[in-house]
Amino acid sequence: MTTEPIYKTDALIAENIDAYLEAHQHKTMLRFITCGSVDDGKSTLIGRLLYDSKMIFEDQLATLEADSKRVGTQGGEIDFALLVDGLAAEREQGITIDVAYRFFATEKRKFIVADTPGHEQYTRNMVTGASTADLAVILIDARKGVLTQTRRHSYLVNLIGIRHVVLAVNKMDLIGYDKATFDNIVAEYGEFARSIGIEEFTAIPISGFKGDNITGPSEFTPWYTGPALLPFLESVEVDVTADQEQPFRLPVQWVNRPNLDFRGFAGMIASGSVRPGDQVRVLPSGKTSTVSRIVSLEGDRDLAVAGESVTITLADEIDCSRGQVIVAAQAPLEVADQFESTLVWMDETEMVPGRAYWLKIGTQTVSATIHQPKYEVNINTQEHLATKTLDLNAIGVANITTDREIPFSAYADNRDLGGFILIDKITNHTVAAGMIHFALRRAQNIHWQATDIGRDHHASMKHQKPAVLWLTGLSGSGKSTIANIVEKKLARMNRHTFLLDGDNVRHGLNKDLGFTEADRIENIRRVGEVAKLMTDAGLIVITAFISPFRSERDMVRGMMQPGEFVEVFVDTPLEVAEARDVKGLYAKARSGQLKNFTGIDSPYEAPENAEMRIDTTQMTPEEAADLIIARLIP
Amino acid sequence: MTQKTLTHLQRLEAESIHILREVVAEAENPVMLYSVGKDSAVMLHLAKKAFYPAPPPFPLLHVDTTWKFRDMYALRDKAAKDAGMELLVYQNPEAAERGINPFDHGGLHTDMWKTEGLKQALDKYGFDVAFGGARRDEEKSRAKERVFSFRSANHRWDPKNQRPELWRLYNARKAKGESVRVFPISNWTELDIWQYIHLEGIEIVPLYFSAPRPTVERDGLTIMVDDDRFPLRDGETPVTKSVRFRTLGCYPLTGAVESTATTLPEVIQEMLLTTTSERQGRAIDHDQAASMEKKKQEGYF
Repeated sequence: MTTEPIYKTDALIAENIDAYLEAHQHKTMLRFITCGSVDDGKSTLIGRLLYDSKMIFEDQLATLEADSKRVGTQGGEIDFALLVDGLAAEREQGITIDVAYRFFATEKRKFIVADTPGHEQYTRNMVTGASTADLAVILIDARKGVLTQTRRHSYLVNLIGIRHVVLAVNKMDLIGYDKATFDNIVAEYGEFARSIGIEEFTAIPISGFKGDNITGPSEFTPWYTGPALLPFLESVEVDVTADQEQPFRLPVQWVNRPNLDFRGFAGMIASGSVRPGDQVRVLPSGKTSTVSRIVSLEGDRDLAVAGESVTITLADEIDCSRGQVIVAAQAPLEVADQFESTLVWMDETEMVPGRAYWLKIGTQTVSATIHQPKYEVNINTQEHLATKTLDLNAIGVANITTDREIPFSAYADNRDLGGFILIDKITNHTVAAGMIHFALRRAQNIHWQATDIGRDHHASMKHQKPAVLWLTGLSGSGKSTIANIVEKKLARMNRHTFLLDGDNVRHGLNKDLGFTEADRIENIRRVGEVAKLMTDAGLIVITAFISPFRSERDMVRGMMQPGEFVEVFVDTPLEVAEARDVKGLYAKARSGQLKNFTGIDSPYEAPENAEMRIDTTQMTPEEAADLIIARLIP
Repeated sequence: MTQKTLTHLQRLEAESIHILREVVAEAENPVMLYSVGKDSAVMLHLAKKAFYPAPPPFPLLHVDTTWKFRDMYALRDKAAKDAGMELLVYQNPEAAERGINPFDHGGLHTDMWKTEGLKQALDKYGFDVAFGGARRDEEKSRAKERVFSFRSANHRWDPKNQRPELWRLYNARKAKGESVRVFPISNWTELDIWQYIHLEGIEIVPLYFSAPRPTVERDGLTIMVDDDRFPLRDGETPVTKSVRFRTLGCYPLTGAVESTATTLPEVIQEMLLTTTSERQGRAIDHDQAASMEKKKQEGYF
């Protein structure tokens, strides 16, 4: 029996405590989960790790020895399992019923072990324990090989996104350290693992009871040349720094407002890093600003990274509260209100499709409705089964609708922004854990989906440069007449055009709008959006709208690509236009039959910096059209 | 891109601050239970960091037994003042009236002053969330304790009715009358606590450092005679010994260890080389292995 701990730090502690503290201070942390049933020797293995890394004190050892004799299952020898089986009720039943967290440290790392049971509640407990783990140790009894439960544990480990898997083939002492048996188990497991998406794993032959290949190479397995368990756990790369490579995301947890002069946004950075001066965007509002400070008790910092809890301030006074996410301005998150998700049901009461639950994701809690599951997964066989609901420990895929749009990531990309819990609104129980796959209504995303055929492609097929010729001027100034001639001339030149005329649009798209200021603004906004779509399609758009307000014309200009918007001021003095009165509208307005008529009882704001000015008192409509085309196609 | 490796202490600190802020964002009336020990000192320090430049937006509550060390009372008042926080001190009036003390009343002393006192204080002020400085590595039954631990309206802890905690998502919703005990330093070990105190320069009670102190031997424990309420037996005279304390509670119930450690590194050195677990110095735990769990079900922290 190998009981001599190889982790001998006592000498250093005794001789140079400062050096020891310095070394310990720089240790990293690995969180892992052990999966296996009572019979696999899981508790024994953890007890062994605690024992070998000297986390057992003499008084605990004395208790352990006494307990081993009293209730132990190892025939009077030290029963390491008793170190980790906690609650009194469990100890009497000889089973563990929950997730327990154990701590030990070696010379290189601090470890937190999530110990989860292998019986009925395995799914709920394992998913809980795995949700914070970097690595999973899957235990197999060498005498039994790959069992249904091995497949189940592996499926859950992969589902929760753990990238590092150790296959610990335990109880090697009971099969005489037979290499062939070990090799067969590894081959069988490998085939299965790859079939469910586990690309890599490290297989180690061990004996938790005897201590083989735990802290160092066992003399009984000379054929095994890989690492022992602890040295492997000490050296495996942790994902924590990988998150730093992703774009910056800070779910706002709490707004710090001690006085009117300070407004800090506090939270844990979910990915990326941040420095003062970084451009950021607040989602879902989309407002942008610049990071001014990273505030801390020790003074301002110049860098903070994923996994740190920080407080930052922004240069601008923008709206930002708990639940919103501050992101890198150039790499925003998706925002949506319908998702496809995997759900792990965790409550005694089964899921009710159509019922509203609280959904907590990141720092935000919203109301959410679950649709009928698309299917349930048989976690032993990984088959998809039809179902109407999910009950305790069931795993399925379902669509979810939230009552408002939330910023999110796919769970595969980020656990903090893609993992959620569902809470029953009456009992307040946490009833499910969920993992977002993707949003359903992609049109509602804050940024555009990239389409394969882009606006440049549309334009090049038409051998032209898209543009908007925006004719503005008083009623009766000649806009429609000039626009019509421009379009005819362009058509003769084989240009693809479209004329949006004020009166025509009001017969269809905008027939719900009147002539109040608000309606006129909306009228122009819609026409602007339509014109924008048409330029995306590669067209030359000609518009003829009074469009009396500068701000709306500027708004439309802002929608277009630089240089695409050509504002044409059709400048006809009021008295000339009124004298023409082609449609008899001025007469109606003067007699009071027509309200809010531009130039009479509603203002016209003449352009100040229009690309072109057409003085209709100095030229004919034909001449005006030629002038406009000459500018468009030099 | 800039890479920065976070140490285990940095990750623990970030997790604890996240938990503290989550409670403040979701609770109606939170309070921090402050026992003046080293774990409380670290928890208070983390709260200062979490809410800086604001002071922590909740009061400190000391459930007093009137039998703490004098040094503890001194640091308690100073620490609250330094943090800019309100300090509430609660003493169970019934225990005071009946003169409950550790010498004559044994287990009743802890039950009346601490367990009952805590329930009364939480009810009196209507606190819905109470931060506590318990750690999972302290004792076996605590290894399974949630970070957010739910208590029924009568403060009972039901091991079967605790919520799963996934990722960093804590469900803090509760019905009226129910309350939550939240343990922000659940994942810290005793060594982590000491290391952090050392690194951050956190002020702790001087009793943690060795000094000549008047002591007597009682039931296998070395007890410090901290004031003249200590009933000396016939012929018993306090002996001055160089001692310190690994945990702090009511002075007549807290065992001292002989030591020469007068600095933090020396304390940590002694802790690492020692061969008995932390709670061994507390008389309260000496009955049976699962005693903490029983006390927890009854409402003891």
